[in-house]
Amino acid sequence: MSVTEFVPNQHAVEAVTAHVIWMTTGLGCDGDSVAMTSATNPSLEDIIQGVIPGMPRVVVHTPVLAYENGAEFMQAWYDAEAGRLDPFVLIVEGSLPNENLSGEGHWAGMGVNPSNGQPITTNEWVSRLAPKAAAVVALGTCATYGGIPAMKNNPTGAMGVCDYLGWNWKSSAGLPVVNIPGCPVQPDNTTESLLYLVLHLGGLAPVPDLDEQHRPTWLFGRTVRDGCNRAGYVESGQFATEYGADPRCLIKLGCKGPVVKCNVPVRGWQSGYGGCPNVGGICMACTMPGFPDKFMPFMDEDLAGAMAANVMKFAWGPMVRYFRQRSIKTKYDNEPEWRHNRNELTTGYQKRW
Amino acid sequence: MSVAETPRESKILVKEMSWDPITRIVGSLGIHTEIDFTNGVVNKCYSTSMIFRGFDIFMKGIDPRDTHFITSRICGICGDNHCTVSCMNQNMAYGVKPPKLGDYAYNLAELADYMFDHAIFNDCMANVDFCEQMVKETNPSVLAKAEETLAPHSDVHGYRTIADIMRGLNPFTGDFYLETLQVARYTREMYCLFGGRHTHPSTIMPGGVSANITHQTCTDYYVRLMRYIEYCKRTVPMHDDLYDFFYQALPGYEKVGYRDTNLICWGYFDDPDYVDYSYANMTEWGRRRWVTPGLVFDGELITTDLVEINLAMRILLGSSYFDDWTAEETFVHKDPLGNPVDKRHPWNKVTLPKPQKRDFADKYSWVASPRMYDKRNDKYVACDTGGGPFARQWVTAKAGLVDIGYVKATGESIQMVLPKTANMPEMELEWKIPPWSNAIERDRARSYHQAYAALVALYNLEQALVEVRAGRTKSWNSFVVPDEAVSVGFAEAARGVISHHMVIRDGKVANYQPYPPTPWNANPRDTYGTPGPYEDAVQNTPIFEENGPDKFKGVDIMRAVRSFDPCLPCGVHMYGGGMVRKVMHMPTALS
Repeated sequence: MSVTEFVPNQHAVEAVTAHVIWMTTGLGCDGDSVAMTSATNPSLEDIIQGVIPGMPRVVVHTPVLAYENGAEFMQAWYDAEAGRLDPFVLIVEGSLPNENLSGEGHWAGMGVNPSNGQPITTNEWVSRLAPKAAAVVALGTCATYGGIPAMKNNPTGAMGVCDYLGWNWKSSAGLPVVNIPGCPVQPDNTTESLLYLVLHLGGLAPVPDLDEQHRPTWLFGRTVRDGCNRAGYVESGQFATEYGADPRCLIKLGCKGPVVKCNVPVRGWQSGYGGCPNVGGICMACTMPGFPDKFMPFMDEDLAGAMAANVMKFAWGPMVRYFRQRSIKTKYDNEPEWRHNRNELTTGYQKRW
Repeated sequence: MSVAETPRESKILVKEMSWDPITRIVGSLGIHTEIDFTNGVVNKCYSTSMIFRGFDIFMKGIDPRDTHFITSRICGICGDNHCTVSCMNQNMAYGVKPPKLGDYAYNLAELADYMFDHAIFNDCMANVDFCEQMVKETNPSVLAKAEETLAPHSDVHGYRTIADIMRGLNPFTGDFYLETLQVARYTREMYCLFGGRHTHPSTIMPGGVSANITHQTCTDYYVRLMRYIEYCKRTVPMHDDLYDFFYQALPGYEKVGYRDTNLICWGYFDDPDYVDYSYANMTEWGRRRWVTPGLVFDGELITTDLVEINLAMRILLGSSYFDDWTAEETFVHKDPLGNPVDKRHPWNKVTLPKPQKRDFADKYSWVASPRMYDKRNDKYVACDTGGGPFARQWVTAKAGLVDIGYVKATGESIQMVLPKTANMPEMELEWKIPPWSNAIERDRARSYHQAYAALVALYNLEQALVEVRAGRTKSWNSFVVPDEAVSVGFAEAARGVISHHMVIRDGKVANYQPYPPTPWNANPRDTYGTPGPYEDAVQNTPIFEENGPDKFKGVDIMRAVRSFDPCLPCGVHMYGGGMVRKVMHMPTALS
C-alpha cells in the first residue's frame, strides 16, 4: 500500500468496518428502502464499494437486498446487541406503535422470543439496539414524526423514534437521533446522509448540523417555495387554475410548498428527474412533523397561502407582470440592431482596412 | 391414514424450520414450516404477518380526495399502484373521465413501474436464489453441470454457459445484477416523467394527471424505453436458458411452488376510447384493457367480466387477529346495477383489530383471508396472483382479446414483436401458457412481462404523442365530490391484483377497503381451514437442496415463496438453525 494518504488517517479508517443495521419493521411501507435503490449521489454500490478515499468499509444489513435469509440474516441483530458490531448505525424505517396497548399481542414484530415463542416487537429491538449504536437514524416521515400510521383515529398509537426514545436521547457516540423525513425520503437524501454519518464515524466529518427537529440543515433548511421553479409566477401574481397543462404556481390547487421544509424541488426526485410542484404535483407536505393531518384535505387551498396569493394576484403581481412583459417584448426579446447582412458595419467598430 | 401391509418401521425425520425474515422482498415475510427430510417434502407451512397499521380505520371520515395520497403509503413498492387504482376508484365515484392524454399518462407511468419492478425484483432479488454463489452452497452438483452446459441463446445474450449466467446474477458483483440496478433507475426516471415521484407519486390525480406533459416528456420517455426494449431482447432468452436448465438438471422441479391453477387478474391499462370509469359500463371497458381481467378456477377461465369478478370477492377470517363484522352495519346491499352484495364483500367489511398471542393452532396473522366465491359449487377458492405476470399473461393469452399489432393474444399464447433498437435487429417472442402453475413459470412469466409492458408502453406512447402533437395537452378534468357514492377501482400492481372499494356518505369516506396482491397470496388458513396460496404452494414442495437438515438453507422453499413476488410487512417464526421437533416412527409404505 502506498504511504500517501489522500485524507487524514486514510489507511487506519479504511481498516475499520462500520455496520448498518437497517430495520424496516416499523409501521411503514419499506418505501424509503425501495426509493434508496434508485439513489445515485451516492448509490448503494458506491457506499458498499467504498467510493470515497478514507471511508470505513461499510457492511449494510438490509432485508431488501440481503443475500442471507432468516437466522443467518438475523445474526447481525444479535451481534449488534452483544456489542460485537462496533461501530454500527441503526436505521429505523416506519413508525413505532404503542405496544402498551396491544396486551399479549403485538402491532409490529420481527423474529421470535425463544422463551415464549412470541414475536419480538420492533420496539423491543429498538430498545435493545439503540444503546449500542454509534448513531440512530430515523428514516422517513413515519420513523421521524409518526407519519401516516400516526394519523388521527389510528388504532396503534403510532409515534416517531424520538417520541419513543425521548427527544433528548443521545447515542453512545454522543449523537442525537438523526431525522431524515420524506414520504418516502428523497433517495439521494438517504444515501448522502448515510455517507456523511459513516465519514463522521471515521473522523472525517464533523457532527452533522441538525435543526430543532433533528433534520440535517443542509437538506431541510429551505422551503419548497424557496427552491421551486414555479415560485417566479407568484411574484407576478399568476396561479394555476387546473392541474396538468397549466405551468403556473399551484398554491390555489392545494400546494403546501411555502410552509414545507424540503429540498425536492431543487434536487429533483431521482437523477434530477421528477419531484413535486416543480413537475406539476402539489406539495403535500410529506416531510413535515405535522403531516398528514395538518395539511388535509391536500387538494384544498391553504387559507393563509390563499390570502398571500391574492395579494400578489390583485396588487403587486399585475404591475410586475406588465412592466416585465413590456421589457421583454420591447427590449430583451430583440437582437441588437448591428447584427445584419448589409454592406456596412454598424457594430461601433471603426474599420481600419 | 391407511395401515401399511408391510409394516417395516423406519425413522422419519421431521424438522420444524422457519425463516424470519425472508429477505430480498419488500416487507419482512417469514415462513414457518415442518419438513420431512426423510422423504424430502414440506409437510406444513404457515405464513404469518406481524404488522398492523389500520389504514381502513383511520381513513374513515376523511375527504375522499385524500384517499390516493393516503393509500399510496400502504406499500413502498406498490405505492404508485395504490395511488392510481384509488384515482380510478374516485373517477367512478365522481363520474369524471380524464382527457385522453390523462388516461395515456396513467398507463405510461404504470407501465414504467412494471418495467422497473419486474427488473429489480426478478434479477436483484428473486434470481439471487439462482446465482452461482447460492447454487454452489445448495446444489454443488447442479453448478458443476451448469459449468458444462452451453447456453442455447448465448449468441443473443453473450453468456457462454449456464454457470456464466449464474455468475452474472451474483449480488453486487455479477455484471447482470449490476446492470439491472441501473435499469431499475432509468425506468423509475420514466415513471417520474408522468408520475412525479416513485413510489409515492405527486402527479397522479382523480380526473387525470397533473404532470405538465410536453414533447420533452415524451422524448425523455422514448429514448429510455428503446434502451429497455434492447435490454429485454437479451434478458428474456437468458432467463429461458436458465429456467429450462433447472427443469433439465433437476427432474421434477416443476413441483417446486406448484399449486392448482386458481388465478385472479383484475386487468389494467385502459383504452381511452372506451373507458369511462363507470360501474355500469365496467364489463365492456374492462374487456378493452390491454391486460385482460379474468378469474380462473382449476385451469378454466371462468369470466372476464369485472362486475362478475367484483361480486365474487369475499373476505374471510379464520386465523387472523380480527373480530368478525357480522353484527356491524351493512354499507352496500346492492351494487349500482342492482346485484345483491354479500356481507363478506369488501364494500361491507369492517376492520375490528384484536391483538392477541400468536397460536399456530388458532390465530396467527394480521392478514385476513380473501377468497373468490365459486357459485357453481358454493366453495371459497384461495386464488393467487401468480406473482402478477403469470396470471396477467395466462388470462390475457387465453381470452384472446388483446391485439395491438406488436402484442397479440392468440388464445394459447402471446406473440410479441420487439422493434429494431440501436444494436439489435427486430425480434419476435412468444409466451405460451405453460402446463402448470409453479415457481419457475411465475419467474419466467415475469421476464416475458418486461417485454410485454415495454411494448404496451410503446403503443401508448405513440398514441400520447398523437395528442401532444395535435396540441391536446390537457391531461386533467375537474369534478365535484358527491354526497353519496359507491365505487370501486380495479387494477394490477406489479405483483398482482389490486382493488379499492369505497363508500362515500355526506361527502366523506364511510368505508374504504384496499385489497392489494399480497394479502391474496400470503394469507393464513381461512374459516374452512383452506390454506392461503403461499402455504399451499410450499406444502408438498419437494426438497432438491443437497444440504442435509443441519446446513439446510431452504432454497427450494425460498424460490417457491419469492416466485409470488411477496410485498408485505409480514413476518414469522425463527428457530436458530432449526430444531428437531419430533422424530416419528411411521411405516415406510405410507410415504
